[in-house]
Amino acid sequence: MADLSSDPRRWRDVDKLLARPGNIVGQDFEPSPTLREDIGEIARVLVVGAGGLGCELLKDLALSGFKNIDVIDMDTIEVSNLNRQFLFRLQDVGKSKAEVAAERVMKRVSGVNITPHFCRIEDKDLDFYNDFNIIVLGLDSIEARSYINSVACGFLEYDADDKPLLETIKPIVDGGTEGFKGHARVILPGRTPCFECNIWLFPPQVKFPLCTLAETPRTAAHCIEYAHLIKWGEVHHGKPFDPDDPEHMQWVYAEALKRAELFGITGVTYSLTQGVVKNIIPAIASTNAVISAACALETLKIVSGCSKTLSNYLTYNGMEGTHIKVTDFIRETDCLVCGPGTLIELDTSTTLLQFIRLLEEHPKLLLSKASVTYRGKNLYMQSPPILEEMTRSNLQFALLDLMDKVAKDTIHVSGMSGKNDKKTSCLRKLRVVFKGVADGITNMDTTDSS
Amino acid sequence: MTVAETKKTKYDRQLRIWGEQGQSALENANICLLNCGPTGSEALKNLVLGGIGSITVVDGSKVEIYDLGNNFLLDEDSLGQSKAKCVCSFLQELNDAVKAKFVEEAPEHLIEKNPSFFAEFTLVIATQLMETSLVKLDKICRQANVMLVVARSYGLTGMVRISMKEHTVIESKPDHFLDDLRLHHPWPELIEFAKTVDLSVTDPVIHKHTPYIVILINMADKWAKEHSGCLPSTRQEKKDFKDLIKAHMLSMDEENYKEALEASFKVSISRGISSELLQIINDTAVEVDSKSPDFWVLVAALKEFIENEGDGEPPLEGSIPDMTSSTESYITLQKIYQAKAESDCIKMEQRVKGILKRIGRDPDGISKAYVKSFCKNARKLSICRYRNIEDEFTSPCLPELQKCLNDEDYSFAVGFYILLRAVDRFAANYNRLPGIFDGGLNEEISRLKPIAVGILNELGLNGPTLSEDLITEMCRYGGAELHAVAAFVGGVASQEVIKLVTKQFVPLKGTFMFNGIDQKSQVLVL
Repeated sequence: MADLSSDPRRWRDVDKLLARPGNIVGQDFEPSPTLREDIGEIARVLVVGAGGLGCELLKDLALSGFKNIDVIDMDTIEVSNLNRQFLFRLQDVGKSKAEVAAERVMKRVSGVNITPHFCRIEDKDLDFYNDFNIIVLGLDSIEARSYINSVACGFLEYDADDKPLLETIKPIVDGGTEGFKGHARVILPGRTPCFECNIWLFPPQVKFPLCTLAETPRTAAHCIEYAHLIKWGEVHHGKPFDPDDPEHMQWVYAEALKRAELFGITGVTYSLTQGVVKNIIPAIASTNAVISAACALETLKIVSGCSKTLSNYLTYNGMEGTHIKVTDFIRETDCLVCGPGTLIELDTSTTLLQFIRLLEEHPKLLLSKASVTYRGKNLYMQSPPILEEMTRSNLQFALLDLMDKVAKDTIHVSGMSGKNDKKTSCLRKLRVVFKGVADGITNMDTTDSS
Repeated sequence: MTVAETKKTKYDRQLRIWGEQGQSALENANICLLNCGPTGSEALKNLVLGGIGSITVVDGSKVEIYDLGNNFLLDEDSLGQSKAKCVCSFLQELNDAVKAKFVEEAPEHLIEKNPSFFAEFTLVIATQLMETSLVKLDKICRQANVMLVVARSYGLTGMVRISMKEHTVIESKPDHFLDDLRLHHPWPELIEFAKTVDLSVTDPVIHKHTPYIVILINMADKWAKEHSGCLPSTRQEKKDFKDLIKAHMLSMDEENYKEALEASFKVSISRGISSELLQIINDTAVEVDSKSPDFWVLVAALKEFIENEGDGEPPLEGSIPDMTSSTESYITLQKIYQAKAESDCIKMEQRVKGILKRIGRDPDGISKAYVKSFCKNARKLSICRYRNIEDEFTSPCLPELQKCLNDEDYSFAVGFYILLRAVDRFAANYNRLPGIFDGGLNEEISRLKPIAVGILNELGLNGPTLSEDLITEMCRYGGAELHAVAAFVGGVASQEVIKLVTKQFVPLKGTFMFNGIDQKSQVLVL
């Protein structure tokens, strides 16, 4: 059979949008009969997550003209995915989501090239992420969103007037769902708020106080969490609880049931036990389809300019009617992640080791185990051991020397941020300024504008 | 894993939303899809994944090369074959529990020649259908009591609309709804229990484990005694009431007292039912006869209950939220609320029996479980009634239309609404949609514009006009069915089907207008 993937008739519908001019389009829209092909050749899209949203996203992007797509997911397929993750079948259970999803979409949409990555997002180095023109997120965790956001914002550079350099903007399109509700947003780092600018949109989950669990349980969930968080440890000294082990879950269920009976509490079921212990978020095919479609459409619009883009946050609620609201959030100008960088003043004699220690105590950063990079060059790396060994000798040198005597510049650090029990891996951009070093050009600029 | 266990695990994430009952309603539903382009295919895909009972795909066309550019359910091997057959076989692959069949015939032809075809279905999803066929289908479905969901994708716009006489919901499951604690109108057993608790107890452990319900009942009682039987109502009184509660705290970190302060407004709620519920119990359908649906028999009983033993209130819901408390007090309270709910439910049952007897039906014809569910949700009932499509087209709600035309937030939605009708008229005149050929777009724009203006004028709207930019957009789209737009519109359609079939949550009440330009989609109730 002739190669149908390149037959332009196949793309008749998308081409109408991409080849024809309009009056309500993006500023940089250049309609052309070859625009779709150009996008297919040039644009590289990364889809993060191959679950409920990811499966839909891969399909939607492949049928929107994108031809170079990568997908990353560390998870394997489970039976409970099958009510919505339509690329998977019962016989796929246990296989890599990314690999199966990529294969299925390539099989049905000829000409599209999808590269799967069966690993954690932190396993990839920064160059991997920098190769993509746009990153689309289909995730269910705040930590993962926050990580990718900091990676993408890390590529952003500012000019001397603190204006973002357009060519360093790495757009992110983010989707999320819970039951009949969802959100889709567009993040243009430096121009629209990044994930961290309105992190308050994702309040942390409220946990039960331990004394309630131990002394005054009132609900089925209290009994379940008692069995899970307190009783398990008392009985199974040191043996970690594995939520994916059915025997462990069964044990927690049985213990919760006993406790509920003791206190006259009703409502403990196996299903609720799983829900509470694993913090299961309900998920359905329709909401995933809607949110992914919105994200894929925004991706096409950002890359092609064929219409206006979402500005910048959409919430969807299908519980009562079908309700959509678009909110134009504003940036946090001194955001640690997407801003020009936290300003750090140093003495010319500060060594790299002193600098790393200083980051740990910095009240805004609280950044421990820092690895430091300057203009793509590794100054110090905590891991892997071979890199640590290679860069260890730098610790004793003055940072100013390691930065080739540049008195004011941006440095990237990665490490763990937060206090005691709530530490998460993060990337931070810092603006390092050395006190007392004449930096003619920058200083003159500052004087002129002030 | 056994087959039953696998099934339970597979549907676990949705069972947590609509439960076994919702799931079995889906599994008993028989759905018909008209036209299986991407919009219809995607809508059905979502339902098949969720385990819908039976599907029938109706489409008269053969798969052509451009179908491969927007429909994931078709592949190169499908070329030249029946589109309905190919889509059906891929859907079957997604879920073998679903009974899938297809009819290779144009929906327009079926509507015209074989209206009785539709009678067997629970619900029909009509996609990409032109106005004339749609209006006929709407009449057929209403006649046969078949629910209709209309969906259409067109360039960067699209729409979803439900059509049926009436849809009643007991389990509307609202997101935020005030709990039913009756602190403003407590019943004797609750007051009695509250009185057994001494708020001035000095033992700090007992003091900080007194549930806020008990605190508020006692405080309200104290207040009423000092205010000639009235509860706090003015702003100042509410503030004074809070101060009264604060004065009883032993320390500022007593969680139960903080909860009491936060919930103190609940003693000031005015007695009686909400205006929404009042409207429902005063609906003409409450005059029930032997043919009335069970729902309305229950509403008739509810009305009697409220006017008699309810003392102005509906049956008690019977559940309480978690609150700081000793286990014992909490469980006791829970039982007091449950007992009152059960006794209300028994009274409702008696009223239901009486009504059924009066209208000549079997007094036991409505199940206990149904009455119980109704009582639990009595404050949250929802009724959706839909105008038939022809009426909306010939005489839409003009003030609403006018308002939307002048409202910036609605101008795209209402513009596309008119233009979707205009392209159908264009097609009737010229035998093609505007802009399907490359070139000559300006001529197409000047042909479409008078048609759109004509629709506005017919409706008596001579003032406002449609944005030229939007008319240009419509011609630019040239009838394109973009996959991403189809997936969105189909997704919304499938969600509405789920709500209608499970009779849970509240379905869309007007026309959902998708706006793919800036994503500011709106619902128009015309």
